[in-house]
Amino acid sequence: MKIAVCIKRVPVMEVKFAITADGSRYDETGLKYDINDFDLWAIEAALQLKEKAGTGSVHVLCLGPDAAQEQIRKAMAMGADSGTLLQTDARVYDGLAVARALATELKDGGYDLILFGRIAIDSMNQMTGPMVAELLGLPVVTNVFKLDLAATTGRAERVLEGASEVVEFPLPAVLTIDDGLNKERLPSLKGIMAAKKKPLDVKPAALGEQAVVVRSMALPTERAAGRIVGEGAAAVPELVRLLQTEAKVL
Amino acid sequence: MANVLIIAEARAGDLRKVALEAVTAARSLAEQSGGGAVHALLAGGAGIGTKAAPLAEYGADQVLVLEHDGFALSNPEALTATVASLVQGGSYGYVLCSATSHGRDLSARIAARLGVGLVPDLTGFAVEGGAVVGQHPINNGKVVATLAITGTPAVVSVRPSAVQATPAPRALATTVVAPAADPAASRVKVVELKQGNTGKIDLGDAPVVIAGGRGLKAAEHFALCDALADAFGNAAVGATRAVTDDGWRPHSDQIGQTGRNVSPDLYIAAGISGAIQHLAGMRTSRTIVAINKDKDAPIFKVADYGIVGDVFEVLPALTEAVKAAKGA
Repeated sequence: MKIAVCIKRVPVMEVKFAITADGSRYDETGLKYDINDFDLWAIEAALQLKEKAGTGSVHVLCLGPDAAQEQIRKAMAMGADSGTLLQTDARVYDGLAVARALATELKDGGYDLILFGRIAIDSMNQMTGPMVAELLGLPVVTNVFKLDLAATTGRAERVLEGASEVVEFPLPAVLTIDDGLNKERLPSLKGIMAAKKKPLDVKPAALGEQAVVVRSMALPTERAAGRIVGEGAAAVPELVRLLQTEAKVL
Repeated sequence: MANVLIIAEARAGDLRKVALEAVTAARSLAEQSGGGAVHALLAGGAGIGTKAAPLAEYGADQVLVLEHDGFALSNPEALTATVASLVQGGSYGYVLCSATSHGRDLSARIAARLGVGLVPDLTGFAVEGGAVVGQHPINNGKVVATLAITGTPAVVSVRPSAVQATPAPRALATTVVAPAADPAASRVKVVELKQGNTGKIDLGDAPVVIAGGRGLKAAEHFALCDALADAFGNAAVGATRAVTDDGWRPHSDQIGQTGRNVSPDLYIAAGISGAIQHLAGMRTSRTIVAINKDKDAPIFKVADYGIVGDVFEVLPALTEAVKAAKGA
């Protein structure tokens, strides 16, 4: 089983973001970075599939700045065999431009499976996986949280709002991985040492024209400070009154 | 002037609330671009055509009915082919989907198939010189990016509840549409739709969401949330990641960074501390109520109304009070 996993370097979100003075972007000073959460689960899925098959390879593909080599090395430390960085310093918000660059790189790879995280938590675009599938003419299943693979087919369950769908698909295929499929492993010390010697190819990202551009960025409007209505069941009548007369939702 | 094609989402043969929001959003796009027609594509199995009327009531000038057994369960491959063919054969300036699981998937396929841009998950938008300029939450909702999209048609998806569905009645005009690709030939086959175990109102559509966290202490105590949801009659029950990880509730009920975004009129957080990962999925709700024992819980910082107290006392009392208020 030959598997490619597309990953993204994203800021660690447990911070308060600031917007630059010109309002064009968020300030990246002091931010820490990691592999996008959903992509960790995609890597884990790939490693488990390879281990189960007892043979095969896991290749990691990342589009991002030079520093994203750190994230590719981390994926290798988890167990991926090789990696490619499509290098660009641009902050690209046009998902189709990213998908085209990735598809060009993946096209002749002969992969049985191409995995993505369901969504990148920075751009929140949630489109690259199905776009790559479309560009490559491959079947795609998004939002996968249960997965069973046979030699040439697969069965997955995908999450919807308050519901799910069971789907069957042939290989090769593209899948986007959702929360719930697995818990990612931590890189072992041995894995970290081994990762240093694994092949990592760096080449410029072939980003074409972009139809989507950022005009500006801002922080969301803060919610007005709320109030404590009271304590315990005794506060319920006052809450209900507020919901009826003030919030008008009851 | 630009015509707009929307993909009206249905599930299990019923129109979803987001479909009407999409019509309202499309009317706004059409009008802001100097006037144009709104066409709504409604795909489904036998009988879906009888569900077209609300789309006209909310402002669809034409309902394109794709009624075929091959769409009784979702069929994104055949639907993508059909939308692409409609766009190529028509004169649409914009294609608009709801930013739901299905809509996110479909809009990406359509944009790639047509080779055009997609701006996703908009919480607001305007048309400026023919280009859609819209607000899209990024970085887990902690930053809002204003994105502009050029090219025709532009594909956009609109976040559920970001637009309030508003009636704009038209006489119902329907056109029958044939699938542009054999639905039976799709490589990916949906073999089953599993409705959540609350089953009644879809989490993404419900005007009221009751969400439970670890504070409920055990799976069976979610009966308290279910009872409150029943009292409202228009509520769905959701949960935090900790709860779905423990298997107390189905995975599809998860609200937050790694789950769903919801934006109901009323969100009641019961026994939820308010970790930022959870807040990322619900902070745009119109009114937030929090019930928690810990007066310092972060959930109170985003809640409009808080009750400091034991969920095991407050939820039953609230359920009775809501029943009384609804009965009045």
